[in-house]
Amino acid sequence: MRGYLARKTLVYGLTFVVAVTLNWLIPRLMPGDPVQRMVARAAVQHPETIASMTQYYERMFGLDLPIWQQYLNYWGSLFRGDLGTSVWLFPAPVSQVVLDAVPYTLGIMIPAILLSWVVGNSVGAMAARSRWLDNVALPVGYLVTAMPYMWLAILLAWGFGVALGWFPVAGGYDFGLVPQWSWSFAWDLLQHWVLPFLSLFLVALGGWAIGMRNLIIYELESDYANYLAALGAPKRLIRQYAFRNAMLPQITGLALQLGTILGGALVTEIVFAYPGLGKLVLSAIQNQDFFLLQGTLLFVVIGVLLANFIIDIVYVLVDPRTRTGLTGATA
Amino acid sequence: MALSVTDLRVYYRTRRGDVKALDGVTFEVADGEIMGIAGESGCGKTTLGKALIRLDTRMKHVGGTVVLDDDELPLSDDNAMNRHRYREVSLIPQYAMSAMNPTRKIGRMIRDLLSAHSVRYAEVLPELERRLKLVGLETDVLGRYPIELSGGMKQRVVLVLSTLLNPSLLIGDEVTSALDVSSQKAVARALVEFRDHGFVKSMIVITHDISVLFQVADTILVMYAGHLAEKAPARTIISEPLHPYTKMLIGALPKVGDRYEEQQLEGIEGRPPSLLEPPAGCRFRDRCPLAHDKCAEAPPFREVAEGHHVACWAVS
Repeated sequence: MRGYLARKTLVYGLTFVVAVTLNWLIPRLMPGDPVQRMVARAAVQHPETIASMTQYYERMFGLDLPIWQQYLNYWGSLFRGDLGTSVWLFPAPVSQVVLDAVPYTLGIMIPAILLSWVVGNSVGAMAARSRWLDNVALPVGYLVTAMPYMWLAILLAWGFGVALGWFPVAGGYDFGLVPQWSWSFAWDLLQHWVLPFLSLFLVALGGWAIGMRNLIIYELESDYANYLAALGAPKRLIRQYAFRNAMLPQITGLALQLGTILGGALVTEIVFAYPGLGKLVLSAIQNQDFFLLQGTLLFVVIGVLLANFIIDIVYVLVDPRTRTGLTGATA
Repeated sequence: MALSVTDLRVYYRTRRGDVKALDGVTFEVADGEIMGIAGESGCGKTTLGKALIRLDTRMKHVGGTVVLDDDELPLSDDNAMNRHRYREVSLIPQYAMSAMNPTRKIGRMIRDLLSAHSVRYAEVLPELERRLKLVGLETDVLGRYPIELSGGMKQRVVLVLSTLLNPSLLIGDEVTSALDVSSQKAVARALVEFRDHGFVKSMIVITHDISVLFQVADTILVMYAGHLAEKAPARTIISEPLHPYTKMLIGALPKVGDRYEEQQLEGIEGRPPSLLEPPAGCRFRDRCPLAHDKCAEAPPFREVAEGHHVACWAVS
C-alpha cells in the first residue's frame, strides 16, 4: 500500500508539473496582447504616455523579463499563493477573484454529481428487478440523457423561470442584493441555485440509472450469482453481491464526472449567468486576461487531480483485484 | 433409497418450441452411491444435474417427480426449493473457477451463505478448517480473495464449501473438466474421500470424460438425446456394455496397448436427433447397427441383470 501510494503521488506530482506548465504556456500562445488592451481602455492618445503606460504594465505583470524568467517567476509566486493580478478586473488579485467564484461552482456541481449518482444508481438497481419500473425508468432515462444539455437547460429556464415564474432565471443572487450573512440572502441564493442544479442533476441521472441497471442485470447472470442461487442463498444476498460488484465501474464513472466539474459547469453557468468558475473562464478569454485564465484553470487542474487521487485510493479499498495488480499478485 | 427420480421431464422453452432435453427419465441412486452420468454434449446430462437443484429461467419442469430421502423436491417452486438446497442437495458447478464473488473474501462469503441458512459461522468454522486441511489447503484461504487462488485451489474450496452442511446428494457437473490431469486426480480422490467420510451421502458426477468416471463412480448412467440408455456398475459399463450406444461410446475411447498406426480409432457415424421435434421410439435408431422395426416404439429402461438397466429392444 505504501509503495502504491508513493508511486501514485509521484505520477500525480508529475502530472501537476506538466499541467501547470501548459497552463502557463497556453495563454501566451493566444492571439492578442492584454497590455495593449489595458492601455487602449485608458483611451489616451499621446504616444509617449502610451509607451510609458505599456512599460509600466509590462513591468508590473513581469512581461518585460525573458521568457524562462517569467516561467520561473510563475512557479515562485505559485508557491506563495500569488496568482498575479487580473487584467480584466484590475487591480483585483486573481486568487481573490477565483476564490470568490469557486463556492458557486462547487455549490452546484458537487450536489448535482453526487446526488445524481446516488439517486441514479438506486433507481437503476431497482429497475433491474422490477419490470414495471424498468419499463418506465429506462425510456425516461434515455430521453433525459439523450437531450442536448444546452437545450434542456434553456427549456428549464424558460419553463420554470419565465413561464411559471417559480425561480429566477439568471445570476447567483438577486442583482439588487449585496452578499451578506442573512436569511433573506441565503434564501435568495437557494432560489437562484435550484435551476442550474436541477439541469445538471437531470442530465446525469438518466445515464447513471441506465448504466447501473445494465450492470446489475449482467452481474445477476454471472457465475457467482448462479452458484449462490443454487446453494439456496436468498435473493437479497445475491442482489447485495451483484450491487457491490456493479458499483465498481460506477465509482470509476463518478471519478471521471468529478473531473469534469468545470466542463459541465461552463455551459450551465453561461445559460443561467451563474457566477462560477466556468463563467470566469469565459470572461477571462473574452477579455484576454492571461492571469485570470491561468488562475482559474489551475484550480480546475488541482480539482481534477485531487478527485482522481481520492478515487484511486477508494478503488483500492473496494476492489481487491486492483490491489494485487498494483502490488504484485500473491498467487 | 437416497434419490429416486421418476419419469422426469424438463423442457427448454424457445421461440421455435420446446426442446425436450430431458424426456422421461427414471432412475435411483442408493445411499453412498457415486453415480456418474456420461454422454455426448446435448444428451441432457447437465439439464438433469440442474433440474435436481435449480432450474434456470428457460427451463420448465413438465412432469415427473424427484424424491430425496422420502421428501419430494418442489422442483418448479424456486422459493420452496431454497429450503432443500445446500442442506439436502448441493452442487459443484461447471464454472467452479468463477463461482465465488471476486470482491468478497472467501471466509466472508461462506459466512454470508451460512447465515442465510441460519447456521452460525463460528460453530461450523472448526469443521470447515478441518475439511480444508483434508483437501490440502491452508486455513488462511478463508482470509483471501478468490483471485489469489489457483484454479485447482478454487475447485477444492468450492468442493469444501458445497458439502459443508453434509448434503444428502451432491451434484458435480464437469468437476474435473477444466483441470490438468494431476489436479483432476486430486479432485477425483477428494470426491471419493468425502463420500467415505460421510460428508456427502450420495453423488451424481456429470462428465463427458468416461475415464474420470471410471476412477470415481460406482455406477455409470449413459444418456442419449434426453433418454437413458444404460445404467450399470462402472466396471460392467466399461467391460461388458450391452446398449449399442454404450458399446460404440466405449469403443471410441483410445486404449492402452492399441497401436493406432495400424488401426483407425472408431467414431460413431451420424448425429443425435434434434430435441425440438425428436422422433418417436428409440432415439438412437438412426445411428444404430442393430435397429429393426420394433425400435419405432420406445424401449423400456429394464433391469436385465442385478443393478444393470438397459433401454434397448435388441438386448432385452
